Amino acid sequence: MAGLVFTDQSRLPPSPFLNNVSTMPTASANPAGPILTVDGTPLKTSLERSLKLSKLRAVGLVFPPLVFLIFLFVIPIGSLLTRSVDDSLSNKVLPRTLAAFERWDKTSEPDEAMFEALYLDMKAAEKLDLSKLGTRMNYEKSGWRSLVKITTRGLKRIEGPPYKPAMLKLNKRWGDIAFWQSLGAMKDPVTFGYYLNAVDLKYDGNKNVMRVNKHRRIYQLLWWRTLLVSTIVTIGCLILAYPVAHLLATLPLRISNLLMICVLMPFWTSLLVRIVAWMIMLQQNGVINDSLVSLGLLHDDNRLEMMYNFTGTVIVMIQILLPFMILPIYSVMKTIPPSYMKAAQNLGATPALAFLKVYLPQTIPGVGAGCILVFIVAIGYYITPELVGGKDGRLIGNLIAHHMQHSLNWGLAAAMGATLLAAILILYWVYDKLIGVDNMKMG
Amino acid sequence: MNAHDPLVRFVNIQKSYDGETLIVKDLNLSVAKGEFLTMLGPSGSGKTTCLMMLAGFEPATHGEIYLEDQPINRVPPHKRGIGMVFQNYALFPHMTVAENLAFPLDVRGMSKSEKMQRVKRALDMVQLGEFGDRRPVQLSGGQQQRVAVARSLVFDPALVLMDEPLGALDKNLREQMQYEIKSIHENLGITVVYVTHDQSEALTLSNRIAVFDDGVIQQCAPPDMLYEEPENAFVANFIGENNRLMGTVAEDNGNTVKVNVNNGHVVEAKKVKVEGVGSPSTLSLRPERVVVAPEPASLPNIFLAKTEELIYLGDHIRTRFSVCGTDDFVVKIPNSSVHVCLSEGDEVNVGWKVEDCRALDA
Repeated sequence: MAGLVFTDQSRLPPSPFLNNVSTMPTASANPAGPILTVDGTPLKTSLERSLKLSKLRAVGLVFPPLVFLIFLFVIPIGSLLTRSVDDSLSNKVLPRTLAAFERWDKTSEPDEAMFEALYLDMKAAEKLDLSKLGTRMNYEKSGWRSLVKITTRGLKRIEGPPYKPAMLKLNKRWGDIAFWQSLGAMKDPVTFGYYLNAVDLKYDGNKNVMRVNKHRRIYQLLWWRTLLVSTIVTIGCLILAYPVAHLLATLPLRISNLLMICVLMPFWTSLLVRIVAWMIMLQQNGVINDSLVSLGLLHDDNRLEMMYNFTGTVIVMIQILLPFMILPIYSVMKTIPPSYMKAAQNLGATPALAFLKVYLPQTIPGVGAGCILVFIVAIGYYITPELVGGKDGRLIGNLIAHHMQHSLNWGLAAAMGATLLAAILILYWVYDKLIGVDNMKMG
Repeated sequence: MNAHDPLVRFVNIQKSYDGETLIVKDLNLSVAKGEFLTMLGPSGSGKTTCLMMLAGFEPATHGEIYLEDQPINRVPPHKRGIGMVFQNYALFPHMTVAENLAFPLDVRGMSKSEKMQRVKRALDMVQLGEFGDRRPVQLSGGQQQRVAVARSLVFDPALVLMDEPLGALDKNLREQMQYEIKSIHENLGITVVYVTHDQSEALTLSNRIAVFDDGVIQQCAPPDMLYEEPENAFVANFIGENNRLMGTVAEDNGNTVKVNVNNGHVVEAKKVKVEGVGSPSTLSLRPERVVVAPEPASLPNIFLAKTEELIYLGDHIRTRFSVCGTDDFVVKIPNSSVHVCLSEGDEVNVGWKVEDCRALDA
């Protein structure tokens, strides 16, 4: 600009932009055909080429976790679900017996042909399979395991037909028609029997659904208790977490950081250590009871039972799951500017009304996320009920563990696991309908 | 009460957040009914704090605020009945536009039919009649701004506070909204207290501007007075463009003073705020009041200036001279058919009248 003298507008050079317009390459000259780039390649091809590298890079980044997920999550879960309905063992080991069972009238005493089929099946079977089968059959009627075991041992003493008297001689229970009838529940290679067992139901020999004996009903009770504990824990966490999250979001940074460390501290401490700490607090000669007694609020003979029961499970689970509730709510509250509350009050709402009508509705995505997170973790919780639950505090998770580790009834454990998964998916669906998953903010 | 009665009075207001520094130092200010008063100042000057005290979100550390002659220090915000437009609008995101507008009417327990009627009227006033069912996020910035204005007015407050309401808008929209706010103010006859740091916004909108700096009102006057007759160096600098010449007072002639500018030139200026002979003074001179190449002896102050820089701005040419020991002396030469043609390095006389050059504090 130096030295320019501004006197006459017409002496300014003409705008360079106006001249260039007509010489610019017109990519969209032909609206009917494909759009071409300047050198004649179709625009789409050119675009794909230019994006190829970044796509490859994206695939490269996703690949390792994808492989990890497939091998360590998708395949095991798939096998779990398969196992929960798989009942092919009896068909594999006892094909002739089950064929004979089909021809039987289910009420008269089994004839020689059935015994012969059974003998031939057991003779042909691997020993290991027979032992597994005994365990499987025992789920339908107790006594099967020992019957199969005794018979397996005695098979070599049977020299030839007729088999019926020989088998009866080995064990007279072969004459009990109830054992034969129970074969009906395992004749199909696919069964929903484990799912029925998981809710105190079973098949009878004609595959009709019926309830198990009164003294063996435990699963329904445990399902209800699990739901109840999860609900109480979720509500308890929400009540405790909401004010803390609000403080975290509104206090000055220096103080809120300190508070955040307090919230996260439990995460950095071993779960076991925390539970044991609670045991010290809650036991009958523990800190709480001792304090109450020494303050005279409680008589020494009347110490509160807060552990090895329902109460203990609930208290400890609330403490352990609290951060899962605080963090999502906090992350949502953090995004709500204080001006909303001010605006609401300025417009005439009392502080309480402003909270209810303006603040609370905006925290719902965080509350929803926190509740669903806590509920999902609580419903499958295992370690806390195991340690402080006692008899009344055991949840479905403990039973799953029991069947995995002790009774080795993996079919039932898998069925219960799958039921839990289904319960969570239903919950998620309900949440989506009520609040919308898009609104969920995990933190 | 007539129109000149004060609606709001700040009496000896002081505010401190930490007990060590005063954010607002002894503020006394009245706002008349129907007035559009702007609090203008740099950030941290205490203007927003004053607005928050008036709205009731910050307690005054000392002093009393009166609304229609009633002390309101102990009245909670929701009982003050003052409308407010927040900086980022604070439209409730979980409610539709109509629900936002109905909110102040809901809490006042208004009947459904009257509520609908008022919401409609408010939306029509800001030309958003069709937008009642939308959510705030579905609106553009300018539309959100209008909804915020409508919401602050829907319950018929006598006083509306606006806290930098146009800060988030782009330039064109900001200018358009200025006119809309101005016409709403004129049509409804409400009282507005407006906070901004944008001086052109303040000049466009206000009846009166209170210039804040360092917790003190430096000057409170109508826009033209503020621009043409600034009372101190801060106001002169803050409002509009301003040439400053530093010097010491050499001679006091009652209405005028002679000031020794740093390199020995003597400038005659109007006496506004100087403490007497020997005291330092800042001379304030608007760029458009400087005459380039005046007739010799036609003006009391004529000095030789060297052209340092020329910037072509279309309607005028912004020219920077070095004169009287400063090289930051700006003159706006209008781009008329008969104006002086200069090039860089040219020497030319510049001059100005005594009354256009104001001798202020240092």
